[in-house]
Amino acid sequence: MTRIGPRVAVVDYGAGNLVSIEQGLSAAGAAVRVVGDGAALEDADGLVVPGVGAAAPAMARLARRGLVAPIRAWIAADRPFLGICLGLQLLFERSDEDGAETLGALAGRTVLLGNAPTLPHIGWNQVVRRREHPLFDGIADGADFYFVHSYAGAPEGPSRDAVLADTTHGDTFAAAIATGRVLGVQFHPERSGTDGLRLLGNFVGLVRAEAVPHLREVPAGATARPGAS
Amino acid sequence: MLRRRVIPCLDVANGRVVKGTRFVDLVDEGDPPELAERYAIEGADELVFLDITAAPERRGTLLDIVERTARRAFIPLTVGGGVRSVAEMRDVLRAGADKVSLNTAAVADPTLVSRCASRFGRQAVVVAIDARATADGGWEVVVKGGREPAGLDARAWAERVVALGAGELLVTSIDRDGTGQGFDTALLRAITDRVGVPVIASGGAAGPADFVAAVRDGGADAVLAASIFHRRIHSIAAVKVAMADAGLPVRHVPVAAA
Repeated sequence: MTRIGPRVAVVDYGAGNLVSIEQGLSAAGAAVRVVGDGAALEDADGLVVPGVGAAAPAMARLARRGLVAPIRAWIAADRPFLGICLGLQLLFERSDEDGAETLGALAGRTVLLGNAPTLPHIGWNQVVRRREHPLFDGIADGADFYFVHSYAGAPEGPSRDAVLADTTHGDTFAAAIATGRVLGVQFHPERSGTDGLRLLGNFVGLVRAEAVPHLREVPAGATARPGAS
Repeated sequence: MLRRRVIPCLDVANGRVVKGTRFVDLVDEGDPPELAERYAIEGADELVFLDITAAPERRGTLLDIVERTARRAFIPLTVGGGVRSVAEMRDVLRAGADKVSLNTAAVADPTLVSRCASRFGRQAVVVAIDARATADGGWEVVVKGGREPAGLDARAWAERVVALGAGELLVTSIDRDGTGQGFDTALLRAITDRVGVPVIASGGAAGPADFVAAVRDGGADAVLAASIFHRRIHSIAAVKVAMADAGLPVRHVPVAAA
């Protein structure tokens, strides 16, 4: 049976492993498309920007593929968005790592983790919630997720209220943020076992809720998907 | 709090998991993605594939198993063995690996470490150091499966590759590897005292107490083992219980149908 799900675009800008993100979103019921240019975002219901590494080369690669303006427009329109690791950091205004100007959707910048006993911060660590959000439905407070990074977003001013959850490695930093429909996680849900898959499923559920108009155009019966949540 | 990781290592040759005294008398142990998924369910925090395929023309097989593994086991995957260039590293990452481990190729050309780190980020670059004790109480780096001295002091080499951009070190005691005598905690401590990146201990695990010692005495962030898990001498869960009992932070996983 062909599964009809919300259309989630995963941005490919040469920033490493996309296989597990694609697989995790597909398992959660999304119709996933890996996209490498701005035009391909037009018929998507949700957008995922993954990535690891430094901000400047990532922004340069996004710019080369004509993706910066479409991603900015997507965020400005408050459409469902999930930034993962570097994809979250890019939401801030700039990066201390290399001085790169980033997307600027959130006030603040990306800073080196302070007082960290080891860097990079690699491994499973606890994600402690500051407030409830559907992104974490069905996931225990304090659950372990997998992190691989040395920098993290430091929200300033009103962006501080966007923080959904914290993690501590040396200093405490923002592990998840949400402002409207724009979400971001510093950890890798696609590498965080069953809780990670649940979180991706929760994001797909949020995308689906926004995508209802076009899904209703699908012939009756085609949208009946047992087990989807 | 950051958890101390338990990492099973799978030796892979020609697309199959093999077992044997490293590199000789190989016995087919099964399909890598299948075993990877089993370990993920049993609580592995991460997986390492060590590709020991002799023939470079068979490398496509490795990319295929990396991709099939990434689609089944939703935990981090490091691939080591035979990566000699930025392009080869890119292919392995695109297939679904999170990190690549460099060993002999980094010794031959240390700039490979910095080139890979600047392209993919240091978090994706693991440098594997195979070390052997020397008569003067130090350790020397060996390559080619431990057969050949590289002419480098292991501690100095560790500092150098971290300065070049390694985000993690996989430190194997060649003296202990396969012996079941426990990890060389003095070697581990000599390196963890000198570098700020996470260090994965390898070589010599016989039982859960060895994992505790690698972290507590050696300062390791993660502990890797192969045969004790493959041969089901100890489960990952049993190792984690021992670590938790010793006061070490570990990730608890749902009770697996092991």
